[in-house]
Amino acid sequence: MDKERTQTTPTVVPAAKSKPSAKGLRPSGTLSQVPRTLLMPALAVLTGLVIGAIVIAVTDAAVVAAYRNFLRAPGAALTATWRAVATAYGALLHGSLGSPKEMVQAIQSYLSTGDNTSMVRAFYPLTESLVAATPYIFGGLAVALGFHCNLFNIGAEGQIGIGALAAAWIGYTLIGVPRIIHLPLAILAGALGGAFWASIPGYLKAKTGAHEVVNTIMMNWISFRLSDWLLNGPMKAQGYRPVTPNIEPSAALPRLFPAPIRFHAGFFLALAVAALVYWFLFKTTLGFEIRTVGANPRAARYAGISITRNFILAMVLSGALAGLAGTSQVLGVDHWVGQGFSAGYGFDSIAIALLGKSHPGGVVLAALLFGALRSGATRMQSLAGIPIDIISIIQALVIVFVAAPEIIRGLYRIREKRSQELALASAGGDGE
Amino acid sequence: MPLVLKLLGISKAFPGVLANDHIDLTLEKSEIHALLGENGAGKTTLMNILYGMYPPDEGRIFLRPRQSAAVPASTPSQDGLVEVQIRSPNDAIAQGIGMVHQHFMLVPPLTVTENVMLGVESTRSGLFLDRQTAGSRIREIAERYGLEVDPDAYIKDLPVGVQQRVEIIKLLYREADVLILDEPTAVLTPQEVDRLFSTISNLVNQGKSIIFITHKLKEVLQIANRITVLRNGRVVGTTTPTKTSEAELAAMMVGRQVDLVVHKAEASPGEVVLAVRDLQVLDDRQNMVVNGVSFEVREGEVLGIAGVQGNGQTELVQALTGLRPTLAGDIHVLGMRVAGATPRQILEQGVAHVPEDRQQDGLVLVFPVHDNLVLCSYYLPPFAKGVAVQEDSVIATASQLVEEFDVRTPSVFVPTSTLSGGNQQKVIVAREFSRPVKLIIASQPTRGLDVGSIEYIHQRILQKRAEGTAVLLVSPELDEVIAISDRIAVMYKGKIMDVVPAKGVNRRYLGLLMAGVEPSEAVKVAPPTLEGEEVAERVF
Repeated sequence: MDKERTQTTPTVVPAAKSKPSAKGLRPSGTLSQVPRTLLMPALAVLTGLVIGAIVIAVTDAAVVAAYRNFLRAPGAALTATWRAVATAYGALLHGSLGSPKEMVQAIQSYLSTGDNTSMVRAFYPLTESLVAATPYIFGGLAVALGFHCNLFNIGAEGQIGIGALAAAWIGYTLIGVPRIIHLPLAILAGALGGAFWASIPGYLKAKTGAHEVVNTIMMNWISFRLSDWLLNGPMKAQGYRPVTPNIEPSAALPRLFPAPIRFHAGFFLALAVAALVYWFLFKTTLGFEIRTVGANPRAARYAGISITRNFILAMVLSGALAGLAGTSQVLGVDHWVGQGFSAGYGFDSIAIALLGKSHPGGVVLAALLFGALRSGATRMQSLAGIPIDIISIIQALVIVFVAAPEIIRGLYRIREKRSQELALASAGGDGE
Repeated sequence: MPLVLKLLGISKAFPGVLANDHIDLTLEKSEIHALLGENGAGKTTLMNILYGMYPPDEGRIFLRPRQSAAVPASTPSQDGLVEVQIRSPNDAIAQGIGMVHQHFMLVPPLTVTENVMLGVESTRSGLFLDRQTAGSRIREIAERYGLEVDPDAYIKDLPVGVQQRVEIIKLLYREADVLILDEPTAVLTPQEVDRLFSTISNLVNQGKSIIFITHKLKEVLQIANRITVLRNGRVVGTTTPTKTSEAELAAMMVGRQVDLVVHKAEASPGEVVLAVRDLQVLDDRQNMVVNGVSFEVREGEVLGIAGVQGNGQTELVQALTGLRPTLAGDIHVLGMRVAGATPRQILEQGVAHVPEDRQQDGLVLVFPVHDNLVLCSYYLPPFAKGVAVQEDSVIATASQLVEEFDVRTPSVFVPTSTLSGGNQQKVIVAREFSRPVKLIIASQPTRGLDVGSIEYIHQRILQKRAEGTAVLLVSPELDEVIAISDRIAVMYKGKIMDVVPAKGVNRRYLGLLMAGVEPSEAVKVAPPTLEGEEVAERVF
């Protein structure tokens, strides 16, 4: 696992590999490329936060009142604005990462007294962000893998739900099986559930040309109603609530710290899978075929690559990853499945794949950001009285800016070097 | 003759390229001024500036004021020209400048009259189209300039040569005095070219002036009064047909001496590699575009397929390479039946394919050069071990191919889209020719390339032929087919009209077949081969 993980982080090519005869430097994976690649998404996030701050200010009664007296006391108005925004974002930051001061104190007290209660309290926010990020990593990878084959998998939402149900079913029906068998089986079931659900639109796309966007949306609706029925019927636990029974402890992803910390092994599984997806996409012939079909299907056909096979394969793998998102949530956090289980994870996954530029490493970073925003928002609501919905606004703005980089380029006066090079090439090619 | 147009110091830069570098150009009344240059020399950019498609960065345009025009913006200088600003094609048309683009700007489901009227419709009571008045004006123009055309015919029913006439009528209908023709012969049969040239003569006799853009040396010497050669955005020189020769023009265009003659050894054909029998293929609209085609290609020979574009050559090649299903008939490669086989099965049988549309079919432009160099063999050792790509092996092979095939690229890691057209084509040729192939199917392998690349690719094809590879060359450039092939098949409306030896072939005979004249009729006018050997020359 460690070996794979090193591949996600961009590394400099070992000197032995770059022979003097190989012309020029390998451009992908060198450290110098990283700041450039990260610049645009980082500016998108920054701009989203700035506009979010404006929204916070104009919806704050105290700030609005202060601005009524702006001419008499402009300083007071600005102070009120600052206070509102600082309180909100301070709470958000505190809620998502915790306070470094508390952490240091907690470590000191643990070392001197051996009491870990303050440690748990200090590190709880950070671990909650990682817990929230875990299904996002899987979901973002799912959508990103589809993008590489030029497939827009809007059905992650449904695939997450089906995967969760499949994992839960294995989780509570098999009793008395050791963890070493039960847990992998439950994870596999979750992946297969999502894969099966995505294979249907994948097959329809490959064989009939039916557009995957339409069909994955339809499959979402079918999955919602299907899970309603399952939760009220075949999979319903004892009692009146429409939920599944709790999974056996042997199927749960182990929690690694004392309660109430919910941080579980699923996070490491997610990182390993991200590394695996990177290897699959960029270092295997199967990934090469998927990317070729995604980049130019006509050239793929010319080269003897089957377009239908790769459409189905990409959808199945995308669905499996989405299924794992649901699986990690069930086996690691909830331990049962209720109605409205996926709660928008699938749709957020699209945003994460976009923000991460469909690269597994980028997806992990974007998922960590979204996880932090999600878990910090709760504290922001309770501490600063700012509704959680502000986070949705910020997320939406970030996606708009990622999807329309021209806005960001215009705002920060960034010239794009690459597009000029491309224009040059096309001008030289046929433009005379 | 008085000047009608003067361009002074026109410059235009695109990111990274100086497309036009202080170009001066004059045009006299009743003159045919040929603008000669390789692809990318800046001919079209210059004409697009004159036609108002985009503004020049620098430079001035002077025109003879029209009688009908309002008071000129500035007083005429001593040569009678005034400076003008041309901001759009509408401005250009108002100033009497018209352009026939390489790709026609016609609406196929409309009639000739409707197309000509488009944008300058004459109406009755300002509400109803007045086709009659327009139609009679078109007839008048057609008669005056010898541009025979039926005003009520639909564009989609007209052959390309007639469509071009409609484009010229459009300009005359708008009372253009300066006509820019951009590569007008590229889509025509030799007979249609003759016809176009007589039209052009008519036009200049009646006082029109013509700028004729081309890269074909023969045409220039045949028709132009003056020739201006561009290279890398600069004027290399201006001359006249009597003072120059093809060799000199070619040297001016390319910047070095060019060997116009393709030297090739006698063919020594061996076993049959590709055998096609009664092949029928449908196009996307279910029309039978390949209709009973049969031919053979042997080891160590080049069979050229000549014909005007759009006579089924594209679909024939797609069927041969497994990209399009066949309706009937048989294809055998080295004795194996490949009709109905997948593209990969055909590739693995030893078939190389240089596709007609290199950017759409032959390359994944966003991929780095090294990935495109193994696009057809990425899954085979040494490039893959199981499913794992052996990157070092890919890069080593790619670097070697880049060197061997002289692909000009900063490294094998840059996106293929950043390469010039010629170098993109070299990537394809390097990939296809370096595989162990028995048959090469090359479709328009030199279209739009610079002279250096054309020479290089021709040489590589002939080298493969010398090694005993069978080559099927499909090209609408008759000169290229004659220069490279050992035998020539002419394709017209999905059928092969005749197959003749290339040595000493008569262009007029081929031209007649390309226009659909049956061989039995064509021989009465022109024999298939000429006494004495005609030298096969390159085309640019």
